[in-house]
Amino acid sequence: MRITQGTFSYLPDLTDDEIAAQVAYALERGWPCSVEFTDDPHPRNTYWEMWGLPMFDLTDPAGVVHEVNECRRAYPDHYIRLNAYDASHGRQTTALSFIVQRPADEPGFRIDREETRDRQVRVRLHPYALDRPRGARRVSAKEPD
Amino acid sequence: MSGRLGFGMRPSENGSPATPTPPGAGEPPPLSAAPPPPAAPLPPDARIDLAAERAASRVDDVLDALDADLVGLAPVKSRIRELAALLLVDRARARFGIGTGRPNLHMCFTGSPGTGKTTVATRLAELLHRLGYVRRGHLVAVTRDDLVGQYVGHTAPKTKEVLKRAMGGVLFIDEAYYLYRAENERDYGQEAIEILLQVMENRRDDLVVVLAGYKDRMDAFFACNPGMSSRIAHHIDFPDYTPPELEAIGHLMLEREGYVLSPDAVPVFRDHLRRRRAQPRFANARSVRNAIERARLRHAARLVAAGGAAGRDDLITLRPEDFAAGPVHSARE
Repeated sequence: MRITQGTFSYLPDLTDDEIAAQVAYALERGWPCSVEFTDDPHPRNTYWEMWGLPMFDLTDPAGVVHEVNECRRAYPDHYIRLNAYDASHGRQTTALSFIVQRPADEPGFRIDREETRDRQVRVRLHPYALDRPRGARRVSAKEPD
Repeated sequence: MSGRLGFGMRPSENGSPATPTPPGAGEPPPLSAAPPPPAAPLPPDARIDLAAERAASRVDDVLDALDADLVGLAPVKSRIRELAALLLVDRARARFGIGTGRPNLHMCFTGSPGTGKTTVATRLAELLHRLGYVRRGHLVAVTRDDLVGQYVGHTAPKTKEVLKRAMGGVLFIDEAYYLYRAENERDYGQEAIEILLQVMENRRDDLVVVLAGYKDRMDAFFACNPGMSSRIAHHIDFPDYTPPELEAIGHLMLEREGYVLSPDAVPVFRDHLRRRRAQPRFANARSVRNAIERARLRHAARLVAAGGAAGRDDLITLRPEDFAAGPVHSARE
């Protein structure tokens, strides 16, 4: 199941040139970019791991695209996203955030129902990716070992 | 209904499946400053109007500004003109489909302090931008402090950050020989040099590196780092200014700051420059600037001390005593 988080997630995956064009757009507005990655696609997993520090004072997208590719090489089967921060309001605000890499196989989610007090039912979203320990989530959960 | 896609809507089936401009992001600017080469190469008997190409690239604006703003430096200017011609011809060759590798544009500027190395580098960045060889044409000027870290593992991220900032433009490393300290083999400068070399070789499309420094020390630096020397194609030497050139620079600076010399101050100014030139730590154009700054101070002090009314002429005219009162003139020759 293809997860849809951030901008452009309903579009086909962006090519490197399209990513560079988006980065150029962000840099032109003075938004520093940063690269983050995770292997836990839960929608409430807001804080992904940072790939290095946010990149300040850039004028050209080549540096950002370079870091994206470095991150892709290190984590070929993780989700990677690119954030652009707008600091003009005096606080860090995410102005643009989109996924630049997703694993080849996205196992998707299931809904767990849990009966609690007074026959109340709680619903929980469970990513199949989490069935495996961190670092071993690259293979599809449905496939046998 | 507007032609824009709503949130979560797929592009219509009839056309392009992947629009490069997603909704809500505005029009992203084209990445490359160079016009995209035509898909089909020109036939072998076609002619390209080089003069028109040249006018279209607006290179001459930069070259003319270089001529007008910088006095002397004839070898530097001719070298920059040659370079501009090469890049222009390379572009024309590419139109015929003649594959030329991207020329190696890394450079080394050597010369005494104050001979205009940084200024020329700024102009060079603009020139390369107009010819489409760098995407942004900005200049990032750094020294050893910006590249070399203070502890183990600090240098590589620091150098890489500077390189990322310089991508799409020109990286100007002032006094580059400080990167290498022969007396300390565990100096972190070596690490910065290695990263630099790698980027100079592999990311030639993304940035142009210009090293600058004194001639003799740069030569020693290259002797210790043959890899660096061989990756730099253009070694440009900035000659010291002659006394008439210094005087012309002085007049240019005065004109820009809205001052004039009184007729009897002209020989005094010339004499001042001649004396200063013979003294140690003479820094060419920078010393001229300092001489003018000091003269401005004395001029202002003189006017205030004299009191009374001052007309426009008094405010813009520097007189002989503004130059003659300084330490340069009292120093023994």
